[in-house]
Amino acid sequence: MSTSTPSPVTASFFNTVTLPTWTLWSREVVRFLRQKNRVIGALASPIMFWFVIGAGMGKSFHAEGAPEGFTYLQYFFPGTLMLIMLFTAIFSTISIIEDRREGFLQGVLTSPISRSAIVLGKLCGGATLSLIQALIFLAMAPLTGIPIPWASLPGIIVLFFLIGFGLTALGYLIAWPLDSTQGFHALMNLVLIPLWLLSGALFPPTGAMTWVKWVIFLNPLHYGLAALRQLLISPIAAPEVSDPPLWISVGVLILFAAVLLGVCSWLTNRVQGRNP
Amino acid sequence: MTTPAFLSVETLSHRYGERLALDRLSFSVQQGEIFGLLGPNGSGKTTLFRILSTLLPLQDGTITLDGISLRYDLAGIRQHLGIVFQSPSLDKKLTVGENLRHQGHLYGLYGGTLAKRIEELASKFKIDDRLKDKVETLSGGLQRRVEVAKGLLHRPSLLILDEPTTGLDPNARLELWNYLQEVNQREKITILVTTHLMDEAERCHRLMILDRGLRVCLDTPHKLKSALRGSVITVQSSDAAALADQISAKLSLKPSLVGGSLRIETPGDQAESGPKLVAQIVAAFPDKVDSITLSQPTLEDVFIHLTGRRFEN
Repeated sequence: MSTSTPSPVTASFFNTVTLPTWTLWSREVVRFLRQKNRVIGALASPIMFWFVIGAGMGKSFHAEGAPEGFTYLQYFFPGTLMLIMLFTAIFSTISIIEDRREGFLQGVLTSPISRSAIVLGKLCGGATLSLIQALIFLAMAPLTGIPIPWASLPGIIVLFFLIGFGLTALGYLIAWPLDSTQGFHALMNLVLIPLWLLSGALFPPTGAMTWVKWVIFLNPLHYGLAALRQLLISPIAAPEVSDPPLWISVGVLILFAAVLLGVCSWLTNRVQGRNP
Repeated sequence: MTTPAFLSVETLSHRYGERLALDRLSFSVQQGEIFGLLGPNGSGKTTLFRILSTLLPLQDGTITLDGISLRYDLAGIRQHLGIVFQSPSLDKKLTVGENLRHQGHLYGLYGGTLAKRIEELASKFKIDDRLKDKVETLSGGLQRRVEVAKGLLHRPSLLILDEPTTGLDPNARLELWNYLQEVNQREKITILVTTHLMDEAERCHRLMILDRGLRVCLDTPHKLKSALRGSVITVQSSDAAALADQISAKLSLKPSLVGGSLRIETPGDQAESGPKLVAQIVAAFPDKVDSITLSQPTLEDVFIHLTGRRFEN
């Protein structure tokens, strides 16, 4: 058979969306697993945070609206899961900034694939990494007296992925228009960390001031946290009074992920017009 | 009868805010040729490359490749283009094979077809024993070869390269150019390459010289040089400006001051005039001439002749 004839490649959905999404996703995962420092980096600081704050607060924690009979280490556990996923998502999107101007992404952007595949590959990649990291931390739950909720584990896995997807999309949205990683760090401290702080991760909204309550209720991360808490804690304690029902939380998360996916695709679709 | 242009660029302009980087640039590339874009930094060649590679938007003008319009069919153009960027586009944490597989997937190749194509290119570029190695363990020259193989994977009809030999030692540069020429001849792939190196520009079939966003000239390197029929005398002097005036008064020549040295183009119709003039200058100003050289015109002389400035980066 002759090999010199050009390969007739048709612009099918498989070629422009499915195949490139899969290949970009697998690249993210393989890269991540090869860089052990990234695996440790995204886990270590939230765990330390969790342990120091959790142990510091100890049993003195009795916030209004929090489930009864809880230590702070237990209360703070789902919040730490969120923080781990947030860090993982951020680290996975920060590479966009360097990659786009000089690196792997140049070749991706000039290929004939759909721009949505670029976004989907990145977001699914970030979501998978968040899922892996969150599962590692979840395995530590019994140390705090929270049993592994085997029955709801499939639901938790889906939830981890969904939260990771949304958080990666948020990182993507911030990283895409930026020229420098310094700018990203600034925005991370200004937007992403406060978003986590005001999600109900550290304290329940019930006892907070009214404006804080409002911020928490408008914060998509709050719904991820509420859903996690219900799936994780419900076997051992009554649910937190202010938490929305599971279906609302999951609905908000899906909506959040879908809207951000749309915005990210739109952003990526615009040809860059900057000075080389 | 002329064959229709394979790549045609017409009245292309590009602005960065107030600054005009490309000014109504028009040229065409024929199928099967190696077309060079030579220009100093800031000449607009990288802007042109980024527009051609679809990284920058087409603001003004038209570009068609094999009848496909860049303005109206980006995906169609992208499928036809093979691109080698100046900065590495390989993922260093992945192996050579993984990089090539990802690239294939981006262009709709997979499975047996892709594996076969990778094998073919790996043997052509002599990287078959490195497919399982991480890119970061490869030398600079080898990485460039992988970049070119990556650009050729989907059998593009036009391969565009942006200063592909940047950072390579002379041997690796020569080797890369040999590969490019082989690809051009054997696979009949049209190549457009930007460079600021004269010896590389010499290897192109046709050359366009760019300066400050404008086309300075376009022809074969040989014709460009033979337009300056005589030879070039370069004089180094501690007081070049004063010497220029004196030479001009005494020998009725027109020396130009380029980058601190004096440059005199000798008339092309008298072959013996060059050595004679050198002897005259040395005899007339023995104390003022630090060094003097007589040479055949190079592409750099063509650039100086047409722009009045030294080709500097």
